[in-house]
Amino acid sequence: MCYDVAVIGAGVTGAFAARELSRYNLKVALIEKCNDLAMGTSKANSAIVHSGFDAVPGTLKAILNVKGTAMMPETCKELNVPFKPIGSLLLAFSDEEMKTVKELYDRGVTNGVHGLEIIDSAKLHEMEPNVNPDAVGALWAPTAGIVCPYELTIAAAENAVVNGAEFMRNFAVSKIDYDGSVFTVSDGNREIKAKYIVNAAGVYCDEIAALIGDNSLHTIARKGEYMLCDKTVGNLVSHVLFQCPTIMGKGTLVTPTVDGNLLLGPTAIDIEGKEDVDTNADTLALILEKAQKSVPCVTTREVITSFAGLRAHLECDDFIIGKSGKNDKFINAAGIESPGLSSAPAVGIMIAEIIAEDAGAEKRADFNPVREAPVRFRHMTNEERKAIIAKNPAYGRIVCRCETITEGEIIDAIKAPAGARDVDGVKRRTRAGMGRCQGGFCGSKVVELLAEELGVEINEITKCGGNSKILYERTK
Amino acid sequence: MTKKITCVTCPMGCPITVEISDSGEIISVSGNTCPRGKTYAENEITHPQRSLATTVRVEGGVHNVVPCKSAGPLPKEKIFDCMEAINKARANAPVALGDVLVENVCGTGVNIVATNHCPAKI
Amino acid sequence: MLNYDIVVIGGGPAGMAAALKARECGIESILILERAETLGGILEQCIHTGFGLQYFGEELSGPEYADRFIKQVNEQKIEYKTDTMALEITGDNKVYAVNKTDGLLEIQAKAIILAMGCRERPRGALNIPGTRGSGVMSAGTAQKYVNIDGYMPGKKVVILGSGDIGLIMARRMTLEGAKVECVCELMPYSSGLTRNIVQCLDDFGIPLYLSCTVIDIHGKDRVTGVTIANVDENRKPIPGTERFIECDTLLLSVGLIPENELTRAVGIDLDRVTSGAVVDEYRETNHKGVFACGNVLHVHDLVDFVTYESQTAGEGAAMYVLGKKTDSDQVTTKGVGAVRYIVPQKINLNNEGDVKLYFRVGNTFKNATVKVKYNGEEIISRKRPRLAPGEMENVVITNKMLQTFSKDGVIEISVEV
Repeated sequence: MCYDVAVIGAGVTGAFAARELSRYNLKVALIEKCNDLAMGTSKANSAIVHSGFDAVPGTLKAILNVKGTAMMPETCKELNVPFKPIGSLLLAFSDEEMKTVKELYDRGVTNGVHGLEIIDSAKLHEMEPNVNPDAVGALWAPTAGIVCPYELTIAAAENAVVNGAEFMRNFAVSKIDYDGSVFTVSDGNREIKAKYIVNAAGVYCDEIAALIGDNSLHTIARKGEYMLCDKTVGNLVSHVLFQCPTIMGKGTLVTPTVDGNLLLGPTAIDIEGKEDVDTNADTLALILEKAQKSVPCVTTREVITSFAGLRAHLECDDFIIGKSGKNDKFINAAGIESPGLSSAPAVGIMIAEIIAEDAGAEKRADFNPVREAPVRFRHMTNEERKAIIAKNPAYGRIVCRCETITEGEIIDAIKAPAGARDVDGVKRRTRAGMGRCQGGFCGSKVVELLAEELGVEINEITKCGGNSKILYERTK
Repeated sequence: MTKKITCVTCPMGCPITVEISDSGEIISVSGNTCPRGKTYAENEITHPQRSLATTVRVEGGVHNVVPCKSAGPLPKEKIFDCMEAINKARANAPVALGDVLVENVCGTGVNIVATNHCPAKI
Repeated sequence: MLNYDIVVIGGGPAGMAAALKARECGIESILILERAETLGGILEQCIHTGFGLQYFGEELSGPEYADRFIKQVNEQKIEYKTDTMALEITGDNKVYAVNKTDGLLEIQAKAIILAMGCRERPRGALNIPGTRGSGVMSAGTAQKYVNIDGYMPGKKVVILGSGDIGLIMARRMTLEGAKVECVCELMPYSSGLTRNIVQCLDDFGIPLYLSCTVIDIHGKDRVTGVTIANVDENRKPIPGTERFIECDTLLLSVGLIPENELTRAVGIDLDRVTSGAVVDEYRETNHKGVFACGNVLHVHDLVDFVTYESQTAGEGAAMYVLGKKTDSDQVTTKGVGAVRYIVPQKINLNNEGDVKLYFRVGNTFKNATVKVKYNGEEIISRKRPRLAPGEMENVVITNKMLQTFSKDGVIEISVEV
């Protein structure tokens, strides 16, 4: 069997590419080296849908950001992913920084961002009473918003699978051959054939491209560390708060998340290799210090976890999306760092259109753009709860106490198209284990449910694939 | 020679020093605040004892294991031998609290008894 | 909608003791809601012995201690629902709960007893940096895997925190064949019981490093080691003292937090130090008819004290239902200096008996004096050979003293060396 397209990398870019490709009469394989979707940059980033004022006009970043952000409300509606258009405020702490605000305002207008406004200190503090009194003004961008990046990725991939795409996990591509019409993609054990390849491998884009002799890319992994605070401080701010950007990134932000927590970060450090997602004590202290510049009342007392992600940075500082110079059936989607999440719906379309045009593919009449909404017991009214438990008693058993997640929701997450296969996968799909106890109570229950649904012993279950088994053998 | 022992008879945790002769006789006990400390220290030198709590494998139960304990104290030096014997034992569900799971473990004269119920898996 | 005189949330030692006492006081209509599959709470996984010395005068394992109460609950035909999670308490003492068989339950109660227990502090709360693979878990989670599920969560173990659960798990893992490399304690003293340090660590030659913490976790998919370092008096790592310890598992025993989500949501006043409700001597909160007892009120070191306290709450709830607990002027209690907190925080002046005040200190003391003052005047002075943060203390305010107190008076407890 030969696929029309093999998408390498199941992050937000790969997932949207697969979804958009599945609108056409194309057989799509979505290949992922890890045990789950959204395991790289897409699971650990700022979770911001940017309005689009900071990319240099005319770049792909600028064009696709504005287009992607405009699509986001509708896309999230189709995919049943919560999106909150809360808007962003870029804070200025000096007249010098107000100049930057003005520059970015102008840049945003050139990029086609709607609704931008420069506001003074009074208006700013009226909008955000907890902001540092020293802030002298801000750039208000009402089209910005927040979305859960892995939920968006998972939803897009699920939708692609429902529409016929195939998801293959634990497939770390190590070899690509081309016979003039068909690629053979192999991980050393398995191989699949495809007429087109989409290289959406994130920080590994350069290595995947090199497999066909395309050595034009050089990805730099730029690490960003974050701290996540408890929901009790999630309402400290009500907009995304940026600081003025530096050459390394957009500065430290303070933002609520769609789930009601407060997120602080990121840092920006270029690292050796592409795997280091350690968090460091010094950096975490630095994040706090910088976050306090925006919101002085933020403390570590409410921090529930910290994490780090890698951005796929290219020296050209722009996305590279298009046919490889080495092979025009090989489509690169490289350097997708911020605003990659915001741009993803538009990036998916761009990739699909390149391939559809080249292959002469037609749009399908039976494409279903809607991803069914997962059950979210915690958001239901009591009447809805009664009804759903009557239908399936598994929704009557709470597994995760902190986040009120039911057994039914966890089983759904495992059974879903491209469903969860490990504890972290369940966590990302349902939030079980994401609360205050961080899985202390429900972790072992989730392990049991995974074992039961997957038909294996509980000591086969991993935290996040690979060698991350949670249990060894029986005690006796 | 001298041996230092922390008394665990009460929360005071007195640091007790026991002086022992070459032939192993206790010459003196010091550091204790009360007579219970002296008895404790003497026992720790002559025949230290520990109670043991662990689990026994259950076949056909709702859980893989059932908790158990030694019905009385065991010689401290036999704890790991006893663990080995207990790890080899098997109980068939249902197990009731108080059931003897291993009789006279390692010849100590002490039984290993279940400390919880383990119903059979339906 | 169901109707009960008393709904008890939590079927562990606290909930069961409270329910049994309420029954003894004449309340027929009682319902216990338990989220686990069986009654017993966390005791079910605490298979070590050492429970019940105070209450039963004998040394029991956790499940045995629990079983004595489970038997009584059954004998007394007190109703309970297991596998049932309370979702919400309303302002008019209604409880919403959910389970597989009944679906969503709406229960009107006259009185509610909160007995939800506590949870362990997770890694995130400590903000330990490093990688995020498997092999890091709370000691209690490991305890469940070993003692209930019968699986080993690790073979080469480092334990951070010398609380009792950490110490108990050091012995437990060792008995089951694991190598416990060390126990690190951030503070210059252990918060665990001396007995546990001797019998769980010393017996097996497991080192206890005081003023030491884990500063980094290594390993991508699975933990391969940790870096530990000594800390200074401000609990900051001292450069140059870092050392790597190879291990596949890091167990955390770094404190317990009362589970007061339901309490907080209904707007009950919480004590910042205990993280539990502010209560009177019957453990009634500022929300009329809502009582709290056990580890949800403040973390106890001995289950026996949980039982005593819960009986008090059960009696209070029964009195409330029977209309015998009337409003009264109150005095408040206040820990001073090394006394971190006192429970109860309030005493009703119409109480006809003695009142025991439980408190905890923030430091270790030898040969100290516990002083109790009422409005600045000393009323009790008692020598204590030893005081430690890990061991709860108490003093009794006699009814005779109580009768001399007046509205809004303050009882202060302090420690003098």
